Amino acid sequence: MPIGWYLVVSALIFSIGAAGVLVRRSPLVILLCLELMLNAANLALVAFSRMWGHEDGQVFALIVLVVAACEVTVGLGLIVAIYRRQLPIDVDDLRELQG
Amino acid sequence: MAPTTFGWLVLLCPIVGTVVIGLGFRRLPGRSPGWIATAAIGLSFVCAIGMLLALLNRSPAHRQLTSSLWSYANTVGVGANLEILVDPLSVFMVLVVSGVSTLIHLYSVSYMTSDRGYTRFFAYLNYFVFSMLLLLLAGNFVLLIVGWAFVGAASYLLISFWYRRTTATRAGIKAFVINVVGDVGLVLGTFFIFTHTGTLDFLKTFAAVPQVFHHNSTDLVVGCLLLLVGAFAKSAQIPLHTWLPDAMEGPTPVSALIHAATMVTAGVYLIARMHPLFELAPTAADVGAIGGCLTLLIAGTIGLAVTDIKRVIAYSTMSQIGYMIMGVSAGAYSGALFLLMAHAFFKALLFMGAGSLIAAMAGSQSLDRMSGFRRALPFTFGCFIIGGLALSGLPPFSGWFSKDDILAYLDHRGGGFEILGILGYVGAILTAVYTFRIIFRAFFGEPCPEAKELEEGHLAHAEVPTNPQTGEVEDTDVGFPGPEHHIAEREWPMKIAMATLALLATVGGFLQIPGVDDAVRRFLAPSFAGSRLAAAGPSTGTDWVGLLIGAAIAGVGIAVAYRVWILAPGTSTRVRERLAPLYELFVNKWYFDELIDFAIVRPALWFGQIATTVLDRALVGTLVTDGTVGIVRAGSAAVRRAQTGFLRYYAALMVLGITGVVIYFLVSS
Repeated sequence: MPIGWYLVVSALIFSIGAAGVLVRRSPLVILLCLELMLNAANLALVAFSRMWGHEDGQVFALIVLVVAACEVTVGLGLIVAIYRRQLPIDVDDLRELQG
Repeated sequence: MAPTTFGWLVLLCPIVGTVVIGLGFRRLPGRSPGWIATAAIGLSFVCAIGMLLALLNRSPAHRQLTSSLWSYANTVGVGANLEILVDPLSVFMVLVVSGVSTLIHLYSVSYMTSDRGYTRFFAYLNYFVFSMLLLLLAGNFVLLIVGWAFVGAASYLLISFWYRRTTATRAGIKAFVINVVGDVGLVLGTFFIFTHTGTLDFLKTFAAVPQVFHHNSTDLVVGCLLLLVGAFAKSAQIPLHTWLPDAMEGPTPVSALIHAATMVTAGVYLIARMHPLFELAPTAADVGAIGGCLTLLIAGTIGLAVTDIKRVIAYSTMSQIGYMIMGVSAGAYSGALFLLMAHAFFKALLFMGAGSLIAAMAGSQSLDRMSGFRRALPFTFGCFIIGGLALSGLPPFSGWFSKDDILAYLDHRGGGFEILGILGYVGAILTAVYTFRIIFRAFFGEPCPEAKELEEGHLAHAEVPTNPQTGEVEDTDVGFPGPEHHIAEREWPMKIAMATLALLATVGGFLQIPGVDDAVRRFLAPSFAGSRLAAAGPSTGTDWVGLLIGAAIAGVGIAVAYRVWILAPGTSTRVRERLAPLYELFVNKWYFDELIDFAIVRPALWFGQIATTVLDRALVGTLVTDGTVGIVRAGSAAVRRAQTGFLRYYAALMVLGITGVVIYFLVSS
């Protein structure tokens, strides 16, 4: 199978993730969409790695997984903290950092 | 032991004293800090004697020794070592300084007893002696400058010792600022000489100077003139003298130690030490001699008019140092250094006597209020008479042998120097008159209330302590003089110190009787071995003629004072009225303070105001500061609108941005 299809799928998933991040307002869903974007990138990396017959891409994919795990931990922790302080679970309402 | 080992010990004792007293100031009880300080300086003096004996063991040709502990910096062309130079000149000075310092420390043990800053006083005093000895023993320019600056700092600390008196703090600042002018002169002068000789070491410099400079070359003259600025500032010579009379705000022992016997003679020492340079630059030496001569005349006239007893003695100090500066600049090295020694004895003695008088007056220093202390203070009176006779230069006291030695040399050298010598004799009359003016006014005549009280066995006590200068009411806590005053008649340490100095002032002159022993000249000879001028002294006969003229002139001066203040009291008032403009000139100190105020202080203040209003506020304030602030503020106002706080908005911007970058690279590749 040519590599192009893998990349198309990867791009599709990435776009869905990006669109989700931009459109949805719940932080939980945004986090999920971010995971989608990361995994789309992973897919592309693994595909390229296979194409070149080189293991660098696989290693990168593993690193991305680790980073994603960390990011989810922090992100979920933030969401729990927001919930506990009874703040709205809506990123549009959390805008105290405006200039 | 080698002389240099003793030299290091001489330096070690006072610094150890300073540290011990300074660190133990809470724990040392009673008078113990004073005794520790005295012992430290006494040990230093003993080591100085050891240094002298060790030096005398060597043949005259080998009496210049250096010793270096470690090197500060040794880079291309600059070698600055912690190095001392032990030669007859430095040994002579160290002996005078440590000896007189020991006695003044002893005096202070009693004099300062009731002061709340007792421990601090002795820590400072020891530190001063250390700095002074460092200056004297320094073997290169770097260490000389270090010692030079240290004594300035110690002088500042001790002048403003009573730091809650505004007059004292102001005087301290004035002294420090003028001394810094001198420091700058010394450093620049060193630089001028260093650029040509390429060495900072004294002996190497002196060896190199005749090779690298020709006679009276411009750079050497400029370098020597800058050294003279240093010497004049430290030795209170015109026009850098105005700090010395104000320095009398310090405690009286400080005046005796720093502003009479030791620190102010550093300028004399500097010129004597640098004599190979000055002899090659006669122009600079002439400037020094003329400056000294002017100072001795002007200070003498002011001494006739002012009424603060300590200030009269301070002007007398200026005048005597004028003689010394004139002497060393003209080549009368042994005479000038001999006068330095004699002056240290009798001037310290006079200051100690003045301290006793001031104590008997419960802190007041005005001659107008003192009179008739002869019976109330018999011991002080005796010491004052001895000091006064020595200062006036009456035989056989030490001042006679020394001062008139310088004048005889000047007359012998001839040319313009003869005029300076004659002016020196005029100064000698003034000296005798103002000296005996103090004695006749303070000790003779009808006893003042304080003297009467003391005759009945009760020391006068001020109801409310006040500042003698301004009359401001003070308390007696730390930062002000203590509640009790101490007179020499009742305190044996003061008595011993004064008696020893009185003895030295009387017999010190016999060290150098022309044609008999000439001890000072012969001892100092190795230090001035290469000097053409030192060898060209007057013959013994001429010297004696000079001495006799001097004695006659001193006698005339004393007779004049006797006529004016004893035989016909009121003469001084009549003279003052007849010569009113002259009196105004003298009593206002020749308007030097006003002149400096007008020529330097005011323009500096004016420039400072211009700088704050125009440069700082207008230029820097509006243009630089406000301009930068405006730019930053406008920029941030523009960018701030992008910060909406919407997370999704940021995400969208990021996606757009990255997309833009990616598209750019795709298109361009």
